[in-house]
Amino acid sequence: MALLDIEGLSVAFGRPDSPIRAVDGVDLAIEPGETVGLVGESGSGKSVTALAVMGLVDPPGRVVARRIAFAGRDLAALTPAARRAIVGKDIAMIFQDPLAALDPCYTVAFQIGEALRRHGTPDERRSARRRRARALELLAQVEIPDARARLDAWPHQLSGGMAQRVMIAIAIACKPRLLIADEPTTALDVTVQAQVLELLARLTREHGMALLLISHDLAVVAQSVSRVAVLYAGQVMEEGRVPAIFASPRHPYTRALIDALPEHNVGRARLAALPGVVPSASARPPGCLLAPRCPRVRERCRIELPRPAHGEGSVLRCFYPLVPRGAVAADMGT
Amino acid sequence: MLRFALRRLALVVPTFIGVTLIAFALIHFIPGDPVENLSGERGMDPARRARLLHEFGLDRPLPVQYADYVGHVLRGDLGASLTTHQPVLDEFLALFPATLELAFFAMVFAVVLGLPAGMLAAQKRNTLADYAVMGASLAGYSMPIFWWALLLILTFSVQLGWTPVSGRIAVEYDVPVVTGFMLVDTLRAGDFAAFRSAVSHLVLPAIVLGTIPLAVIARMTRSSMLEVLREDYIRAARAKGLSVMAVTIVHALRNALIPVITVIGLQVGLLLSGAILTETIFSWPGIGNWLIHGVQSRDYPVVQGGILLVAALVIGVNLVVDLLYGIVNPRIRHG
Repeated sequence: MALLDIEGLSVAFGRPDSPIRAVDGVDLAIEPGETVGLVGESGSGKSVTALAVMGLVDPPGRVVARRIAFAGRDLAALTPAARRAIVGKDIAMIFQDPLAALDPCYTVAFQIGEALRRHGTPDERRSARRRRARALELLAQVEIPDARARLDAWPHQLSGGMAQRVMIAIAIACKPRLLIADEPTTALDVTVQAQVLELLARLTREHGMALLLISHDLAVVAQSVSRVAVLYAGQVMEEGRVPAIFASPRHPYTRALIDALPEHNVGRARLAALPGVVPSASARPPGCLLAPRCPRVRERCRIELPRPAHGEGSVLRCFYPLVPRGAVAADMGT
Repeated sequence: MLRFALRRLALVVPTFIGVTLIAFALIHFIPGDPVENLSGERGMDPARRARLLHEFGLDRPLPVQYADYVGHVLRGDLGASLTTHQPVLDEFLALFPATLELAFFAMVFAVVLGLPAGMLAAQKRNTLADYAVMGASLAGYSMPIFWWALLLILTFSVQLGWTPVSGRIAVEYDVPVVTGFMLVDTLRAGDFAAFRSAVSHLVLPAIVLGTIPLAVIARMTRSSMLEVLREDYIRAARAKGLSVMAVTIVHALRNALIPVITVIGLQVGLLLSGAILTETIFSWPGIGNWLIHGVQSRDYPVVQGGILLVAALVIGVNLVVDLLYGIVNPRIRHG
């Protein structure tokens, strides 16, 4: 059974009679211990998907899903209190801007201790000293130099990388089974990025923790996860295993994202880019959402919305997919 | 932090020079003088008037009088009242507890109601509750103090008879003055009937004086909360699975309080000026009332000294608020 099982997740904002769908029928399953990436441009609905899983979408946002289950429990059916018992314990989340995600008024030890006091072992909930000892352990686990001195540090005394390590320490404090990392390295220096990704990889491996890594950066995702879903305008365009999807993407959008990587543009004056922007959620084209920007667009794409086709460990939402290399003959019939 | 405090203290000197100058100038420029006031309606013969003016030192040029006054102030001598002949400082200190008691409870009223009202309005923004709180606060802020006071007196004192119209305590109670705070002194004396009387006298003036700070605090709390609730650390706190209450109190309110504390500090200064009006309306025997009488009788030392002492208080309170700010906001403390 999948650890996280999402089917037909939609998140709409705005007035009910003219909803603006930030997330539009997303299916996503994550197995225990699996690392999954969610990529897409700004505004493609990555973060909103994560917030919907966490139960942190506030009105006027409305979350609808055929199924949104964690370890077999239907999250949508839970009371807010029952849901809060899972959030922060079994599902933890870290954010894009770690310095903004730490409360400036409290020390590192307090903010780690807060998670322990809420979800920790009975011992940790009772004893402040126990929490402090555990906080120190956690800081060491996330490889913060001079961990003991950092316990009483204030957020404004931390660098971005250190703050993200503290956020990770808070997230793993109660041994979650799923960690959602929303652009965890976007706000960090490149060298620190690599360290934080390495740390995440080590922690998921050691704790058998599943990871949902959200990023606009394909390079980050490629090195960190085993499966990836490509999101565009709130819909999953393509999903597949990492080596395959990067070696031979089948969706024109995935192709365009890969072509835009700087390492594929060596010697060119400008990066290859997909013209245009993500259609605003209030002005959707009637057919395929990519149609106005797609280099391979045909008449059918403009009229009819392609449905996701499920293959072996892959999903594809395109009428005229690219033909994978070495499979030309097999693909001719479709 | 120390340098910050010293810099703040250095600013106090020009402020005081300005205060003495303005207080001196204003009171001397209003028509009339203390002697004219003493003479009453029948007038006074010019020789006697000249002698009295000379006795008070009022026949000298204004700059000389000012220099003389400042010289005395620097030696800690605020002079004596021209009407009661008591030292100004003694009179001030005797009356100040009454004003402090009134201001304190006005502030308690404003904070105890203003913070939750602002929080409620922020949490339920753009709902009826929000509009009600913000509408009431706008009305409270815009209402002239004297009119609001008269409305309350008419309703609660005259119509309903719940509270007395004026004064600090009913005349039949004779409470020994120890601290000068009526509520404390009545309790010390163990006289609960007197305590009840003192409380009933305090309620309306405290509400009247606290209304504007209440409105300001409620609005400030609301806007500050709204700003804080959008912060990433609020979302991160919610991602820990904390209850709405814990997130609101521990994270949102704590951060939202930082600007609110500054506003509360500024209100303390306004409270003292508001007290002058409130004390006059309710015949509250505090320094506001005393200053008004001083102005009416052109009692120069009382007005000048009173204004100087009130200014010192406001400056002191603002200094304390700035230091408090450092305690609430770790970014300043360790900056």
